[in-house]
Amino acid sequence: MKTTMKMMLAATVAALTISGPAAAEDTLRIGTEGAYPPFNQIGPDGELEGFDIDIANALCEEMNRDCEFVTQDWDGIIPGLLANKYDAIIASMSITPERDKAVDFTGRYYSNKLRFAAKKSSDIKPTKESLEGKTIGAQRATISAQWLEENMGDIVEIKRYDTQENAFLELDSGRIDAVLADMLVAYEWLNSDAGSAYEFKGEAVYSGDKIAIAVKEGNDELRKEFNKAIKAIRKDGTYQEINEKYFPFDIY
Amino acid sequence: MIDLHGFGDQLLSGTLVTLELGLVGMGAAVLLGLIFAPMKMSRLWPLRGIATTYTTTVRGIPELLVILLVYFGASRLVNGMADLVGYDGRIEISPFMSGAIALGFAYGAYATEIFRGALRAIPKGQIEAAQAIGMGRWITFRRIVLPQTWRIALPALGNLFLTLLKDTALVSVIGVEDLTREAAIATGYTKEPFTFYFAAAVMYLGLTVFCVIAIHYLEKIAGRGYARGEA
Amino acid sequence: MNWQVMWDSLPELAEGALLTIELVAISGVLGLALAVPLALARVARPLWLRAGPFVYIFFFRGTPLLIQIFLVYYGASQFEAVRESFLWPILREAYWCAIIAFTMNTAAYTAEILRGAIQAVPEGEIEAAKAIGMGRWMRLRRVVLPRAFRIALPSYSNEVILMLKGSALASTITLLDLTGVARTLIAKTYMPIELFLAAGLFYLVITAIALQGFRFVEKRMHGVGE
Repeated sequence: MKTTMKMMLAATVAALTISGPAAAEDTLRIGTEGAYPPFNQIGPDGELEGFDIDIANALCEEMNRDCEFVTQDWDGIIPGLLANKYDAIIASMSITPERDKAVDFTGRYYSNKLRFAAKKSSDIKPTKESLEGKTIGAQRATISAQWLEENMGDIVEIKRYDTQENAFLELDSGRIDAVLADMLVAYEWLNSDAGSAYEFKGEAVYSGDKIAIAVKEGNDELRKEFNKAIKAIRKDGTYQEINEKYFPFDIY
Repeated sequence: MIDLHGFGDQLLSGTLVTLELGLVGMGAAVLLGLIFAPMKMSRLWPLRGIATTYTTTVRGIPELLVILLVYFGASRLVNGMADLVGYDGRIEISPFMSGAIALGFAYGAYATEIFRGALRAIPKGQIEAAQAIGMGRWITFRRIVLPQTWRIALPALGNLFLTLLKDTALVSVIGVEDLTREAAIATGYTKEPFTFYFAAAVMYLGLTVFCVIAIHYLEKIAGRGYARGEA
Repeated sequence: MNWQVMWDSLPELAEGALLTIELVAISGVLGLALAVPLALARVARPLWLRAGPFVYIFFFRGTPLLIQIFLVYYGASQFEAVRESFLWPILREAYWCAIIAFTMNTAAYTAEILRGAIQAVPEGEIEAAKAIGMGRWMRLRRVVLPRAFRIALPSYSNEVILMLKGSALASTITLLDLTGVARTLIAKTYMPIELFLAAGLFYLVITAIALQGFRFVEKRMHGVGE
C-alpha cells in the first residue's frame, strides 16, 4: 500500500516537472486563436488553416525563418505574448490605442470594418432608436465589444462570448437580437449554411480598422522584419494570391 | 438510442483525459497536503502562518478562479523564476499541466485539512511509547504516524477525489480537451447541445460509479489487519 | 504588480459581487425549499416515494455543476418546442438558467445533508412525541424538522460556501458576476493576475462574512436550552 502510494507520488512529481520540449531557439513562434474562420481555424484534419496562417507562412518564408504556430484562446492571447508563450500574434488583431500600450504593432496586413448581422426577418437598423432595449452579442476582448460599450452601452444589453462562433450560435438560438462583428468574418458565416437565415443590417458602423501583427513591446527588430516582409509579399504578388483564395475583393 | 454523430470516440478520449486530470491533480493535492499539514501543526509560527494562509485563502476562492489564475499566471511565474536562475530557454506549460497544477493547488488546501485531522487522530500514547524506546522524532513520524495517517485519511481523501474529478470539467474553460470540452466541440459541429452534454453527464456518472467502487476496494486493502470499530 | 488597475477596478467588481450574492441568495433559498420535500421523500418508507429523489440526487451530485449549467442554458435552445413555448422568455435569459441550474444542484446536496440530519434526530424525542399523541405531520413540524435543521447547520454552512464558489461558473454563460466582470476587465487591460487577485479578495470577504453569519446563527440556536 505504502509503496504504491510512493510510486504514484513519484510519478506525479515527474509528470509535473517534465513539460513539453521547448522549440529550437531561433524558431519564430506565432500565436493565433484557431477559432476565427476564415482567417484562422482548425480544419477537419486538426491542422491550423486560414488567411492569417497563409500570410504568416508567406512572411516567414520571406524572412527566411522557421515558424511554428501556438494556439491560444482569444481572451489570453495578449497575456500569452507578454508571458513569452510566443513571439508574435497573427490572429486578425486590430490596432487599438489600448492594445498599443501593452504591445507593439507592425504595419497593417489587411483592413476591416464592423457591421451588424441579424435575422433576415428582423427589421433592425444600426441606429440608436432601432437598437434600444435589444440584446447585442460580440466576442469578448474585440473592438466590436468595445464599440458597443462606447457607443451603445447605455441603451443595449451587451453579451460577450469567448469565441465568435458562440456569438453566432446564440444569434441562431434567439438569445440575442443581433451580432456586431468583423465584416469579413460575418461575411463568411452569412454565406454558409449556418448563416443562411441572416443578413447584414445597414452599412458598416466602423471602417478604417487596421489589422496588424503584434509583437512584444520593444521588439523593434522583429517588428521591422515583419514590415519589410509584408511590403515584399505585397510587391511580388504573393499577398494577392492568398487574398484571392479567400475573397473575391482586395482586403488590404 | 442517442445519435452521437460519430463523436463517440472523441467523448471517450475526453473521458480518459478527465480521469488523467483527476489522478495527476489528486497526486499534486496529496503532495501539498503532506507538506502543509505538518507545517500547520508546527510549533514555529511562521510555518503555521504560511500553511494557514494557504488553506484559508485557497478554500475561500472559487476553483474556477484558481484555475484561471494559474493558467494566466503560471507562465509568467515560471519564466520569471527561470530568468532569475539564468535559464535562457523557454519553458512551455501545456494547458493540461496548467489545469492539473491548478486543481492540485486548489485541492491541496482541503487535503491539508484532511491530513491534519488524521494526524491528530493518532493516539498520543503510540507516539509517547515510540519516544520512550528511543525513536527520534523523524523516525517516529515515518514508521508509526505516517502509515496510519493513510488509513485514517483514506475515506475523506476518496470523497475529495470524487469532488475533484467533477471539478476537472472546469479546465475545459482553458482549452484542455477533457470530456466537457469534447462535448462542447461536438456541440459546435452538430448544434445539438442537449444530446452531447447529456451524454457527457452520463459518462461522468459512469466515471463516478467506477471510482466509488475502486475507492471501496482501496479502503478494504488499507484496512487489512486493522480491527474495525476500535475505540 | 499594478495597484492602480486593481484600485480602479473596485467599483465594477463590487457590482459583480452584488450579482454573485444575488445568485447565491436566490438559488440558496429556492434550493432549500426544494430540498425539504426531497429529503422527506428520501426517508419515506414506500419505495416509489424514495426512488425519484434518489435518481435526482444521484444525477445532480454525480455530475459537474458546469455540465448542469450547460445542459440548462445551451440544452434548452436545442429544442424548437422549447423555443416556441411559454418557457422561452425565462430560459432565454442566462440569469434564470443559472438560477435554475444552481437551485437544482444545491437542492440535491442539501437534501442529502437534511436526510442525514433527519435520520440523526434522537429516537427518544420522536418516541416522546408519539407518546403524547402527536400525529405524523405535527411530529415533523414541531420535533423532527427543527431538530434536523439544527443538526444540519454546520454542514449546510459548508454547502453555502460551496455554492458561493460554484457561482463563479455563471461567468461561463455570459453573466457578469464577480468572475465575469474580472474576465471582462482583463480583456481590456491585459492584467490577469492583478484582476483575479482583486476578485479573489472579494470572494474571501464574502466568504468570511457568510461564515461569521453562520457562527452567529449557530450560537443563537444552541443558546436555547440544548
